[in-house]
Amino acid sequence: MAESILGKFGFGRASGVDKAGWGRTLAVAVVAFIYFLPVLFIIFTAFKPQGDALLVPPTLSPTSLFGLIPDHFVFKPTLENFGSVFSRSMTPDGAPEATGFDRYFFNSIFIASASVLLALVIGTLAAFGFSRYPLKGNDTYLFIILTTRMLPAIVVIIPVILMFRVVGLSGSYLGIIMLYTAFNLAFTIWMMKSFFDELSPDVEDAARIDGSSGMRVFFKICLPQVIAGLAATFVFGLILTWNEFLFALLLSGPDTRTVPVAMNQAVSSGGRGTDWTLLAAIETLFLVPVFLVTFFLQNHLLRGVTFGTVKR
Amino acid sequence: MSTIELRKVTKRFGSFTAVKDVDLSVAAGEVVCLLGPSGCGKTTTLRVIAGLESVTDGEVVIAGKVMNNLPPEKRDIAMVFQFYALYPSASIGENIAFPLYHDGISRAERTARVNRVAAILHLEHVLDRLPNQISEGEKQRAAMARAIVRDPNCFLFDEPLSRLDVELRQSMRGQIKEVLQGLSKATVIVTHDQLEALTMADRIAIMKDGLIEQVGSPHEVFAKPANAFVASFIGTPQMNLLEADLKTFADGTAEMAVAGINLAIRTDAAVARLQPGKVTIGVRPRAFTATDTGDRGTISARAELIEPMGAETLIHARTAAGADIRVVVTRSQRVKVGEALNLRPDPRQTHVFDGAGKAVRS
Repeated sequence: MAESILGKFGFGRASGVDKAGWGRTLAVAVVAFIYFLPVLFIIFTAFKPQGDALLVPPTLSPTSLFGLIPDHFVFKPTLENFGSVFSRSMTPDGAPEATGFDRYFFNSIFIASASVLLALVIGTLAAFGFSRYPLKGNDTYLFIILTTRMLPAIVVIIPVILMFRVVGLSGSYLGIIMLYTAFNLAFTIWMMKSFFDELSPDVEDAARIDGSSGMRVFFKICLPQVIAGLAATFVFGLILTWNEFLFALLLSGPDTRTVPVAMNQAVSSGGRGTDWTLLAAIETLFLVPVFLVTFFLQNHLLRGVTFGTVKR
Repeated sequence: MSTIELRKVTKRFGSFTAVKDVDLSVAAGEVVCLLGPSGCGKTTTLRVIAGLESVTDGEVVIAGKVMNNLPPEKRDIAMVFQFYALYPSASIGENIAFPLYHDGISRAERTARVNRVAAILHLEHVLDRLPNQISEGEKQRAAMARAIVRDPNCFLFDEPLSRLDVELRQSMRGQIKEVLQGLSKATVIVTHDQLEALTMADRIAIMKDGLIEQVGSPHEVFAKPANAFVASFIGTPQMNLLEADLKTFADGTAEMAVAGINLAIRTDAAVARLQPGKVTIGVRPRAFTATDTGDRGTISARAELIEPMGAETLIHARTAAGADIRVVVTRSQRVKVGEALNLRPDPRQTHVFDGAGKAVRS
């Protein structure tokens, strides 16, 4: 088990190191570390005692690494901040109260996964249609589908708010899920269409000659071949939806608020200035679900995004 | 009965006619090869039989039933594709079993059938592997196994051997022929390789530009080509086709000018029907005898290029008027570049084609 998890990160694969050489591997590791640094800094901040967040120079490490790091760069890790995410006193002397973040996390997970899955189901079927049974002016329709993503969200949001007001969808799960689904659809259709386009038509012809109906060809023959594509589309869609802020801010109600919106409010409420360690703790928790999904789909993901270039 | 019949089948893609008025019937147990250069419509014809393309005009009759409007899954046929078209995400065993899921066959029966065809085609050891984990030859056999695991109306093969190397191709050719002989189904094989067609087919249909030029046994299309195209397409090295000017014909001998030389050649008696004028003379490279002295029945030419082919030697010769002639002689006959040759065509193997390219034969 340990081996396979390490393997996912490319450790223990001698061949990988052989191909690139240690020098280049090291260079990439340095760049990757710089890339990861902001995330690492936030994760560390989440574990810092409240007062440490704004120290200059900052504390950098939870451990002195056997005396390698001078003491004034070392902080004493605490889990206090994570507790405060869900329950803390809102006034200087008040008793701790629930912050509602458990609800917000549920909302984020529910809304993001529902809309991404829904978009994946509808979008994959649509993509197969666009790929295999092209309409007259197929490209025009594909173009129109993409136009929803061509404008900045801030522009699109105005008519959407008006539409939602009229039909009474503001603040409901249904409304926000529908909106995210619609937005993910464009991406899903384009992405999945290119995966279906890559498949050999002969294989489908063979399946039909072997007695399969159109539906069976799709489910038994085509779908298993694009699992990598489904995984890639799912992860990208999830990341986009998970982090979406503007629509959620303007269209979710108190009960359907997602974490990015709640985070914003947690920062600006209380009148004590920004509580950076609390914010870092929320962000760290917020990172976990997407990180886990991406991690477990990683093997599929890598195959998915390199499909056309490597597979042939 | 396992038969295939095409009645005046035409297939058009927009304004392009891929297949034109094709009539073809394949009897039960008969193997017919569709042979022709690329783009001649042979694969389209096959796909029309399979139902993967609709017909524009005419009728496709399989097992006595008109199938024009039936989708491929309802036609009960088996097809082997050029690139095998194995299901990439299923094991070889599952691939072979796939056609059986629709016939309401029990799991035990399914396994038994898969094992039986796997044994025939030597695939037992790869049944658990995925298509991308086996060799080209094994893929070919797996595609074949998937086709014969069922008891379909007929078999269709699209360039079945084109992806194999020469050695494998020879052994697979024999293997396919053997398997097909045991099945007594109507079979259509599409190929551009004449050797494949000549060795595997009971009859060959030679196609060009969407039309069938000739249908006949391998012997017939080789010995009695219906026209100049078939004559040049069948046989290696290619038949020599020489422009000639027919003057007179008497007593089985035609007086004609071939490449500027006046010749008297014995030909088929039907040449008597022709008016004097332009004709084409077809002589296979092996139908010449090189003689020491020239006379009115020989073509004189000079050896330009010698290609030893093992048992025989191919000589590229050129006449004084610049016509190229290919001659095959036995290995023992030593010819040097630049040597003058007197070539006497074998009268029984000399074909005359009229001005439109049609064979003139009684």
